[in-house]
Amino acid sequence: MLPHLDAAYSLARYLSHDPVAAEDIVQNAFLRAFRGFDGFRGEAPKAWLFAIVRNCCMDWLNANRERQRLFENEGSTEPGVSAVRAAIDDETPEAILQRTQDATLVRSTIDNLPEPFRETLILRELEEFSYKEISMISGVPIGTVMSRLARARAMLCDLLMPAGDADMRAHP
Amino acid sequence: MTACPDRVILLHGLIDGELDAVNSVAMEAHLKGCAGCADEQRRLEELRSRLADPSLRYDTPPSLRDRIETQIRTQMPPIQIRPNAYRRSSNGPWLAGGSFAAVAASLALLFAAPQLTTVAVQDQLVASHVRSLLANHLTDIATSNRHVVKPWFNGRIDFAPPVVELAEQGFALVGGRLDYVDGRVVPAIVYRRRLHTINLFVRPANAFSSPVGIVTRRNGYSLVRWTRGGLEYWAVSDIDPKELQQFQQIFDRAAN
Repeated sequence: MLPHLDAAYSLARYLSHDPVAAEDIVQNAFLRAFRGFDGFRGEAPKAWLFAIVRNCCMDWLNANRERQRLFENEGSTEPGVSAVRAAIDDETPEAILQRTQDATLVRSTIDNLPEPFRETLILRELEEFSYKEISMISGVPIGTVMSRLARARAMLCDLLMPAGDADMRAHP
Repeated sequence: MTACPDRVILLHGLIDGELDAVNSVAMEAHLKGCAGCADEQRRLEELRSRLADPSLRYDTPPSLRDRIETQIRTQMPPIQIRPNAYRRSSNGPWLAGGSFAAVAASLALLFAAPQLTTVAVQDQLVASHVRSLLANHLTDIATSNRHVVKPWFNGRIDFAPPVVELAEQGFALVGGRLDYVDGRVVPAIVYRRRLHTINLFVRPANAFSSPVGIVTRRNGYSLVRWTRGGLEYWAVSDIDPKELQQFQQIFDRAAN
């Protein structure tokens, strides 16, 4: 299962917003996974492992709800959003394009997606899980996965590709 | 131009390859005639290409990888057997002892009685064998092709066990599995002899292990042990010990 370590750590980083906590979460999740190895009966070991990582993230987030609330209150001044807003307001289309190609900006834009849209987007776009696997990992029906994904992509399109016609955004 | 609100979900399903044939055809036909949905599709494809950047992922700190690998090697609890999967009471006290007993026992055995260590390992191997049959978890990778089984072990264990096809000699390769025996993850290569299953466990021979082969029976199961090329092999099955020895000879000849 160690081949999935990078992906698991990445998910924990995006979900927790905290590099130190992400390490603890992943270590805890892998220990749980290995202890439960014999209990595993499914056909998708990666999805099974990610369900454990995701649950460990949720445990951590619940335990740090107060911290998380403060984080979200600062949301309007977060670097990702403000960078995008600044780009839209002050720069030429060429400069915007250049900056939006910057992975750091994309990363911080994903970071600023609200949950549960961030989780769904990462599982689909970065880890390429199927809808069915995402439904299993997140513990919600496939229909919910589909609407969350559509919403997450619509938000990202608006933030990362504002040069397009604003009327083109999706309304799921 | 706006995408049709009632088709947005279908559009996402289409680009994710999650629609069935009928819906795919219907959506593709719709895209030809609807500029709004076609624009939205292009936008989503552009977003996807932007998200494909591998640097969006975070790299695992090496210290975390080290910690987890160490943890898996050293801090795993002794093999856990579910009560409903294994009813042999003779193993009860040994299992209930937990890690302290395991550590104490292995220290004592290491210095005092190497042959007893083997007995504990034999119990674990028989337990693993029984579990693999009862728990319907015989193989993680089911195939009779050794070129599939062998690479599957890569990255899961830190040595390369030989995998050979012995169907012509009456031992059909069924697949491979990872198991946990004596404090480490070990590969089990699974063969079938008529209706009987043979689990072949392989692990690196440690410095204290004797090169002497063992043929024995425990709880009605046959065990054959041998070492070759720095690896220790344990074959476990319910077939006759003589037949299992025959398997050993055939495997050993084919693998070397």
